[in-house]
Amino acid sequence: MKIDFEHRQSAHCESGVTSNLLRESSGGKITEPLAFGIGAGLFYAYIPFISINNGPAIAFRTMPGWIFKRTCRSLGIPVIRKKFNSKEKAEAFLQDRLKEGQPVGCQVGVYYLTYFPKEYRFHFNAHNLIVYGKEGDNYLISDPIMENPTTLTSYELERVRFAKGALAPKGQLYYTQYQGEIKDERIRAAIKSGIKKNAFNMLGIPGPFAGVKGIRFTGNQIKKWRDKLGLDKAKLYLAQLVRMQEEIGTGGGGFRYIYAAFLQEAHAYLPQDDLLEISRLFTQAGDKWRTAAVHAAGIYKGRLGSQEDFNIMGNYLLEIAGLEKEAFIRLKNIKWQS
Amino acid sequence: MKKENVPQDLSALGKVTKEVCYATDESGKYATQLSSGWDVKIDALDVAWQDIDGRITKARQAVLNKQASPILFFMEYRLMDLKLLAGYTGFWQWQIKRHLKPEVFDHLPDKKLQKYAEAFNVSVADMKTINVHEN
Repeated sequence: MKIDFEHRQSAHCESGVTSNLLRESSGGKITEPLAFGIGAGLFYAYIPFISINNGPAIAFRTMPGWIFKRTCRSLGIPVIRKKFNSKEKAEAFLQDRLKEGQPVGCQVGVYYLTYFPKEYRFHFNAHNLIVYGKEGDNYLISDPIMENPTTLTSYELERVRFAKGALAPKGQLYYTQYQGEIKDERIRAAIKSGIKKNAFNMLGIPGPFAGVKGIRFTGNQIKKWRDKLGLDKAKLYLAQLVRMQEEIGTGGGGFRYIYAAFLQEAHAYLPQDDLLEISRLFTQAGDKWRTAAVHAAGIYKGRLGSQEDFNIMGNYLLEIAGLEKEAFIRLKNIKWQS
Repeated sequence: MKKENVPQDLSALGKVTKEVCYATDESGKYATQLSSGWDVKIDALDVAWQDIDGRITKARQAVLNKQASPILFFMEYRLMDLKLLAGYTGFWQWQIKRHLKPEVFDHLPDKKLQKYAEAFNVSVADMKTINVHEN
């Protein structure tokens, strides 16, 4: 069986899956940037006391599943979401939905995702893809990171749906059955609430580890890495920061650009020029993340490595924290005219 | 980022698929743009893999020297820590620590070995001889 489903590539897996799953019911209105913004996808957190892959635990995004959940909730679309203890039930449930003609979003682990190149396969469990059919033993997969649709055998799909470790997907799948039209009025309200929520996440979470405070905290920590960890380990930490920042499925600097694109699209619904100005601030923040990444590459490639170089790196993050703080304060205080 | 600055260095992923980026055109408006990879990212990934390869080599030597059981090698090879391996096999972490000793590993019943082999995606025979296939 094969459901009529148009695969579309996107920059980030979950906002892409959300936009693709909503395409039919929204008539294509909910683009990836809109889904990302309404779902309040921009985030930052650095958790210093746990380590991932022997490096620092840094997140540039919200918890897996939240973008989809928030976007649908803001738009008034009911979401069906299920986790499973039994692999058999998980597959049976998926097959039943496919028979009904319902494309289904799945949270999966990347490590055993066979169509990814080996270099990219880490134990990262917050990837998202859409299953839209089955032919023989092969499930038809629309992975928003890939240019083209692909397939996984039933064993391969089961293995990634039941990947273990942090954020284990437990066979999690999700979809919506919304048939009605999404009115512009509703989208306007959703954009406003998404912006408000995202401003809170970046400015209002207590403690030093999350939001713009987390970026500043990381910047200050980086300056100490060279002495505290030794040059070799500090290099690895910086490489991990860049991987978390730019890699597929997580992408952090790139997230700033998606958010800037979101504000431009929001402007079409809510024509207020401050949205365009703030959008430019996020473009600047994204550019600065990239400049910082180039500098970090100088360090982990061994071209740079003095304490001064680490200070410069830390200062980049402090500057970014300042920029994003300004941008979100302006967003928080925006006076909506409609 | 401007459209013309979207990097086009060839990454391992770039051979399989290009990535979508959001970038601005002449008028500052955002649109999607394809990128085949970026040197800065490629190098970051290289650094991570060099570290992993070093750990794998060390683990292999430890197994050959009878200081550790093949489980250590495959843990490094499959990028797993104790917690993750415990998740995949259903063993407790303290059990796995015991199984990391070669003398304990040598007497493990087939049923337990099978669980490890499954978690590492190898056959029991290959696991015992630390033989790896690309997969």
